[in-house]
Amino acid sequence: MNILFYIAGLCSIIATAKMIACKNAVHALLYLIASLLSVSVIFFILGAPFIAALEVVIYAGAIMVLFVFVIMMLNVSSEGIKEERLLLKAKTWIGPSIISTILFLEMIYMLLHQSFHPMVVKQLAPLAVGELMFTKYTVVVELAIFLLTAGIIGAYHLGEKEKTTLHRYLKKEELIV
Amino acid sequence: MTIPMEQGILLSAILFSIGLTGLLIRRNVIFMLMSVEVMLNSAGMAFIVAGSAWNLADGQVMFIFILSMAAAEVSVGLALIIQLYKKFKTTDTDKASTMNG
Repeated sequence: MNILFYIAGLCSIIATAKMIACKNAVHALLYLIASLLSVSVIFFILGAPFIAALEVVIYAGAIMVLFVFVIMMLNVSSEGIKEERLLLKAKTWIGPSIISTILFLEMIYMLLHQSFHPMVVKQLAPLAVGELMFTKYTVVVELAIFLLTAGIIGAYHLGEKEKTTLHRYLKKEELIV
Repeated sequence: MTIPMEQGILLSAILFSIGLTGLLIRRNVIFMLMSVEVMLNSAGMAFIVAGSAWNLADGQVMFIFILSMAAAEVSVGLALIIQLYKKFKTTDTDKASTMNG
């Protein structure tokens, strides 16, 4: 089972790295879905089958479908890909990459210079998760409900079409860019 | 099977760093939102690893909250991207630096 963990981890790292280097938005999205699926395999190996299913259903299913719809609506053409190629010069990405590499090396150093903590992986049933969620974390569940409601209202408000004005005197001036 | 906890945390750190790098180097707002998704997902993975290291269900509960937060964030973010595209006809964040109306 250990080797499965390493293979899935390698798959997720490669897919995520390809995702941030991809020029075409749809190809990047496919790599992101592959990365999420391999992360879901890792969750299954770590003894969280319920979370693995949620990862596939909600992340790779619902959220990525939203992304696909928006990319389809925006109609990203070959001009956009050319523009991306112009934006992605070495000058723009070398500085941030060096800084995040330094932070990453610090994290590796901190993790590797301490005694190892072996995990004996046991499957945790979804029952335990649900029980804990609606006893100990009830308040947090309600906060999550508030957050989702705010998300729905915000998305509706922002995605609304502009109202048609009936008279030309009531029209606002167009924004000139 | 025994996987050391450090290796799970290390994997989530690697994914977080890749997501952070993507957020910093890309200027297309769709790619930035995707990188934020990767970072949230790796943070959730750290919770799962810790939860299975101590054999508690709390980590999985936290992941569910992170998941709902990510869903709300993506819906609002994508609506904002559509608004940005309507106004400026591009998804480049540098073009949206004028801050008027």
